[in-house]
Amino acid sequence: MEGIAGMKKGPGHIIGRILIYVILIAGTVMMLVPFVWMLSSSLKLSKDVFSFPIVWVPNPLHWENYKEIWEKITLVTYFKNTFKLTIIITMIQLATSSFAAYAFAKLHFKGRDMLFMAYIGTIAIPWQVYMVPQYIMMSKLGLADSHLSLILMQSFTAFGVFMMRQFYQSIPDDLCEAARIDGLTEYGIWARIMVPLSRPALATLTIFTFVTVWNDFMGPLIYLSSNERKTIQLGLRLFITQYSADYNLIMAASLVSLIPVFIIFASLQRFFVEGVATSGMKG
Amino acid sequence: MSQVTATPQAAPPDSSREDRERARKRTARKNTLIAYSFIAPNFIGFLALTMIPIVFSIVLAFMKWDSANPMEFVGFDNFRKLPTDSTFLIALKNTIFFAVVTVPLTILCSMVLALLLNAPIRARVFFRSVYFFPYVASLVAVAVVWNMLFHPDMGPVNSILHALGVENPPRWSADVNWALPTVMGMNIWKNMGYYMIVYLAALQGIPRELYEAAVMDGANAWNRLTHVTLPMLTSTTFFVLIMNVINAFKVFDQVYMMTQGGPGRSSMVLVYHIYNSAFIKFEFGYASAISVVLFAIVLTVTILQFRMEKKFVNNI
Repeated sequence: MEGIAGMKKGPGHIIGRILIYVILIAGTVMMLVPFVWMLSSSLKLSKDVFSFPIVWVPNPLHWENYKEIWEKITLVTYFKNTFKLTIIITMIQLATSSFAAYAFAKLHFKGRDMLFMAYIGTIAIPWQVYMVPQYIMMSKLGLADSHLSLILMQSFTAFGVFMMRQFYQSIPDDLCEAARIDGLTEYGIWARIMVPLSRPALATLTIFTFVTVWNDFMGPLIYLSSNERKTIQLGLRLFITQYSADYNLIMAASLVSLIPVFIIFASLQRFFVEGVATSGMKG
Repeated sequence: MSQVTATPQAAPPDSSREDRERARKRTARKNTLIAYSFIAPNFIGFLALTMIPIVFSIVLAFMKWDSANPMEFVGFDNFRKLPTDSTFLIALKNTIFFAVVTVPLTILCSMVLALLLNAPIRARVFFRSVYFFPYVASLVAVAVVWNMLFHPDMGPVNSILHALGVENPPRWSADVNWALPTVMGMNIWKNMGYYMIVYLAALQGIPRELYEAAVMDGANAWNRLTHVTLPMLTSTTFFVLIMNVINAFKVFDQVYMMTQGGPGRSSMVLVYHIYNSAFIKFEFGYASAISVVLFAIVLTVTILQFRMEKKFVNNI
């Protein structure tokens, strides 16, 4: 809003600016302290974690905690399982969502709007409302305690279709029309025009799906019972209950579980922000 | 609006109207088939795994079933049991309390943060990232660190309170009266960054001319906020409100991780009760009845909010 003609820039303005920074920095401290404390505690001995006054930089730094967690629990398995689920679900989600979204955004057919409304309507229905019958169906199909159940459950979301459709609608119809005249089939238009143009939206959907699947707790909690199939969140939870007095190790394991999401967040921040902004807009 | 495929296989010029009509219909049918082929991969999965379970959950609510014995139709028995189930009543009360407190606070915090970040300040991207990161961090990790920070005997929060001379600081998640508020605080802390981004996007969409005109009319900063910014944010606020209410009613992970619904049943919430009834006690029919109640509440609140939005937005 800077530089609007006639806006006063007196001492009040400067005080206002300082106040803004003070509030923002205080907020930043509140947001960061739990993570900094996590890092600091993960490098201490368990008995020193709660010592007061708080020692932020432990001396010496106990890096061996980070070695120990891999020996205490099958973290590698959990990581592998979670990566596997995340990659498969994200790929199916991207393919089927952008495919369906093309029809909803660019094709005209009977019942299109009604079908789309049915999709949108279910976004507002919490999964928790139908998780019980869904679980019963899956176990009847013999899919309880399998990765396939989670893949099926999370790959076909209305949210993905909605997000991709929003983006496709911003692509001019004329572009598709011109491609049709040039003899491209609808599948060709989708593959050669829509998909390349929608890279930012696909990137956004990718990271959202990635983070959702990576962080999902209740799905795996209900479905997965054998240890060799568990995901990182379940594994971490197990670690927390099994080694409840090893505060330093718990903090180290928690931090390690946050790293993949942190890397993605730090490198693709722009897409996160765009994604939230699009999903917040009215369709 | 354009037709789907390119020039329909044009009927020969000497053909009758009937032929042309038939050709047109054939093209339309073909177009519809193509469109369905695009939707099918997603729709089949969506139908089987979302739509059918939603319908099934309503059917199941009228059944008695423990997964071992055959299903039995019991009419409204499951629903009649609800008002006599004290855990359900506690869970319902707690969930409503959770929503009533966290929803306005989350909206307020996220809106204030967005307004501050929308001012011409340095390091905006840094602040934005810091506030948003807790939203993408996993709940298991975040909840465990919160529980340690707020540990009633050893946690640094209570150590600081002691050092400041507070005689009996709250016992947080171990206290009947404080357990739910502790979870609520964590929830607000974790989610406000998300809604802050939603508000920031909306703020950036407000045309500058409105502010210029307001300044011309002699409006000060406060007037500009109350007469330009806030009214322009109304529809975003309704969106944020609906999302927040739905999220509040489906709260589970936080409670499971931080308090397990306790001490006693003091932080029991609806979804936790559904989880216990279905997956611990194997009362699938009864769990579905609670699900239907949850569904009804979310639906009612959403419809009410849409009605209100219509009224509000038209009045501006």
